Amino acid sequence: MYNIWHIRSVPDINMSAVMVPKKVTRKWEKLPGKNTFCCDGRVMMARQKGVFYLTLFLIIGTCSLFFAFECPYLGVHLSPAIPVFAVVLFLFVMAVLLRTSFSDPGVLPRALPDEAAFIEMEIEAAIGSVPAGQRPPPRIRNVQINNQIVKLKYCYTCKIFRPPRASHCSICDNCVDRFDHHCPWVGNCVGKRNYRYFYLFTLSLSLLTVYIFTFDIVHVVLRSLESDFVTTIKETPGTVLEVLICFFTLWSVVGLTGFHTYLITLNQTTNEDIKGSWTGKNRVQNPYSHRNVIKNCCEVLCGPAYPSVLDRRGVMTEETPAVPQEPEAKSAPPPQTTRTTAPLIPNEHTPDDTKTKLAAAPEEEEKPHLPQDTPLPPLDTSAGPRPDPQSPQ
Amino acid sequence: MATEFHNLQELHHSASLATKVFIQRDYSEGTICKFQTKFPAELDSRIERALFEITVKTLNDYYAEAEKIGGQSYLEGCLACATAYVIFLCMETRYEKVLKKISKYIQDQNEKIYAPRGLLITDPIERGMRVIEISVFEDRGSSASSSGSSSTSSSSSGR
Repeated sequence: MYNIWHIRSVPDINMSAVMVPKKVTRKWEKLPGKNTFCCDGRVMMARQKGVFYLTLFLIIGTCSLFFAFECPYLGVHLSPAIPVFAVVLFLFVMAVLLRTSFSDPGVLPRALPDEAAFIEMEIEAAIGSVPAGQRPPPRIRNVQINNQIVKLKYCYTCKIFRPPRASHCSICDNCVDRFDHHCPWVGNCVGKRNYRYFYLFTLSLSLLTVYIFTFDIVHVVLRSLESDFVTTIKETPGTVLEVLICFFTLWSVVGLTGFHTYLITLNQTTNEDIKGSWTGKNRVQNPYSHRNVIKNCCEVLCGPAYPSVLDRRGVMTEETPAVPQEPEAKSAPPPQTTRTTAPLIPNEHTPDDTKTKLAAAPEEEEKPHLPQDTPLPPLDTSAGPRPDPQSPQ
Repeated sequence: MATEFHNLQELHHSASLATKVFIQRDYSEGTICKFQTKFPAELDSRIERALFEITVKTLNDYYAEAEKIGGQSYLEGCLACATAYVIFLCMETRYEKVLKKISKYIQDQNEKIYAPRGLLITDPIERGMRVIEISVFEDRGSSASSSGSSSTSSSSSGR
């Protein structure tokens, strides 16, 4: 809360000046969507943070045990570089984790009323008149990208045609640019702005896990040579816990890193992979890929640092246009989809279709949250039932 | 020209907003930030086509410069990675520097070209880099002003 102190004279106390705080409203306080903000808008996260706290606890806890039990011994008996490198790696993991969790993933702000009305007019004009009793055609715009037709879908919540690769996250209730997935482990969506931090987090965490696991084994072996195995475990009980945590973490995190490395080489997002957007049937190919592994990696990892288009810390003035936060009164409120970590099934596919896709996805411990484009099935020619056009939500 | 405004203040005080025109993004080259240079019909009587196209092309060039993946972006990326991205807390990124240049350019264009014609360009960053919003003002003083009508059918035909 930013306080402006201004002096106000109080007539009944002998004209003495009294300092009164005046609260300034920042734009983050009026942003629609289900995000939580901290530090006066500097930090932006999803609403559910429980699993994120678990992640923090596991990383900090395991590393603390490592520094307490293994490092003193290994630093003396093997090399002081071992604990030093562990500290550096730990700090790097924490830095990229916090950057992934606290930054704006690339949220697209909702259309202001003027823009929304303009788009509606364009849609009405393009559709023309619909015979009574018939449903209007789906709100889709076709664009050609690198000789490939890409369909841009209309988002009824944000009242925009989503840019290519953007998707609406129903957990955070925002459209996110280059949407990858919603990750409960980092407590945030993973999108254009924080994908590289997320990837570096999984990569460095894999390294850290392998490092701790390896040196735990080395430590136990070395110590067992001096005394016996049971005495070693009694002296350093933390080792057992560390080895257990690292063993189970290894499979999931290393697998996830491998999966994302594969996606980066193809310049695909998890969302596109799960939906099978560029599987190659009907001669559909990924128009964003440079067909070159190095170029794809460079674009994703070494591209420019995109700025946030959400002005969170700007000050609200009387002229600042307010985005309508609630859907129109006449429309039914969107059915509350789950806020748990269960994956959401996208409406374009049949449930069976999606289940096989999820099963086929490699060792991913965190199930990507498949965003629902709209709470009701989207107006798509492939979808079965279509919603009543009078209730856009 | 039907309207004559000498500065932006005069525009805000004496004009009333007639309509807004939204220049959409051009996705033909992928997801890079680029705006369509198609001249909207609503501005036909207000500004010369060439001036409008120069403005949009210059903006597109600025955005291309900001998003260029080359030596400088690699250097910035590697340096930032080596410092675990802590350096972003104190350093301004190249994109942010270009955004400042864009903001200055738009202000300059508004003052010199658009405000005298009763138009106002809003910086795309304030609209999520989705559209360039051009506000079309009517002069309360002038008797006949036909700029208020917006013909959407003509603007959507070229998509």
